Amino acid sequence: MRYLVSVIHDDPRTTLADPAEMAAIDVFNDRLMAEGHWVFAGGLGAPDTATVIDHRGAEPMFSDGPFIESKEFLVGFWVIEAPDLDVALKLASEGSKACNRKVEVRPFLPDPT
Amino acid sequence: MTDVERAITRAHHEEWARVVAVLATRFGDLDVAEEATADAFATAVARWPVDGIPPNAGGWLTTTAMRKAIDRLRRERKREEKQEAAQMYYFDEQRAPADDGDIEDERLRLIFTCCHPALSMESRVALTLRMVGGLTVPEIARAFLAQETAMAQRITRAKSKIRVANIPFRVPEADELPPRVSSVLAVLYLVFNEGYLATGSGTDPIRHDLTAESIRIARLLHALMPDDGEVTGLLALMLLSEARRAARVSPGGELVPLDEQDRALWDATLIAEGHRLVRGRLTAGIAPGRYQILAAINAVHTSARNPDDTEWWQVVALYDQLVALDSSPIVALNRAIAIGEVEGAGVALALIDGLQRQLSDYHAYHATRAELLRRLGRVDESRGAYDRAIALAGNVAEARHLGRRRDQLP
Repeated sequence: MRYLVSVIHDDPRTTLADPAEMAAIDVFNDRLMAEGHWVFAGGLGAPDTATVIDHRGAEPMFSDGPFIESKEFLVGFWVIEAPDLDVALKLASEGSKACNRKVEVRPFLPDPT
Repeated sequence: MTDVERAITRAHHEEWARVVAVLATRFGDLDVAEEATADAFATAVARWPVDGIPPNAGGWLTTTAMRKAIDRLRRERKREEKQEAAQMYYFDEQRAPADDGDIEDERLRLIFTCCHPALSMESRVALTLRMVGGLTVPEIARAFLAQETAMAQRITRAKSKIRVANIPFRVPEADELPPRVSSVLAVLYLVFNEGYLATGSGTDPIRHDLTAESIRIARLLHALMPDDGEVTGLLALMLLSEARRAARVSPGGELVPLDEQDRALWDATLIAEGHRLVRGRLTAGIAPGRYQILAAINAVHTSARNPDDTEWWQVVALYDQLVALDSSPIVALNRAIAIGEVEGAGVALALIDGLQRQLSDYHAYHATRAELLRRLGRVDESRGAYDRAIALAGNVAEARHLGRRRDQLP
């Protein structure tokens, strides 16, 4: 099954991964691919580059900035394939070490079909 | 109690965890396993007085629970056609139980799943008491002075996380076993301690239901993992603490400290069993973990016929070992108490003063200071420390004991 591994940034002094972190992330990504856990991954722009759209009414409303202002925010994620939470947690701990940040693991709900 | 009631109580103690575990393995769902097991016991209560006690109670309960689970899933299947395909997999009665090539006990998988580190400590405790211990939700809520609805929600949430996040129903592999066993032992020790020194004014000072339940699960774990030193250590520690139960509260409802307990009231059978377990670990020749050291300390205490016979130097040596493993200030406090018995109250007080910042809200810190100051003749300071300890004590019997000690100061 699939898990979302969100990378949480909580240090106001930096946002982007430094070269050492980038290199460690590359090594980790290669391993995910080699072992068949890789689905997708990416880094995100800072929260102030976000736009929130609400089109539940007649017209879409746009607002500048993230939907929630917080000292901790999402800076990137992995989507991994793992047979169970134990495997996902093991991979996520290595991911946390590689990118040098906190991560959160959440299961995807099964495909409804 | 009639024979049938006794048989049902015994079956509940001996078979509940196994039935839940077998069904959880079979159906891959704790919810189904729990409800079907409860249904099977309710059926036993209705049928056994009429039909008689079945010769193989465990087999009868497992078969009945299995049928109940299948009925339940069939009913759900009619409601939710979408899940039909997935559930058909479980309806095949010929399907062999999940088998990883080994024949480990299903109950062990159940214990490790309920104590999974991805669950909060409160959830692990509640889930373990429900699934492994067979306690009802109201019983668990009472044990932890929580609202029944809140406790039911906590258990439901934990079961849902296990299902949705796919926490596996298995015994961890060797390389991840030590931290996972620690997690299980922490759950059992927490339940035991709540029974050993219960908090809250509305409860008995010692909750025998909780100490007995945690000992029962620890015995099961020890039977399943006889070579694990810390499992043995925790069981021995619990037995040696439980052995003193009858002597720990006076008829007037006061907690009785170790040196004032009537040792004739100690349970010799439990002490012998605890000592045997501790000796077994000593001969294993493997460096002991914290539960084994705590058990050994309790073995020293329960070996002394009189308080004066206590080999305090041994206790100090064991606390020295424990401090090396566990740098918590509470361990340091207990070590200081032992050192006080060997080197005098002044030495102990000097050690304890160094813990003031970390333990200023811990009742036992102030109670210990009060006793040491009393021995040193510093009456006014001692009284102040008793006052502080009484204000912080969560256990009614302990507060009563401290109140008497304070009032007996010159």
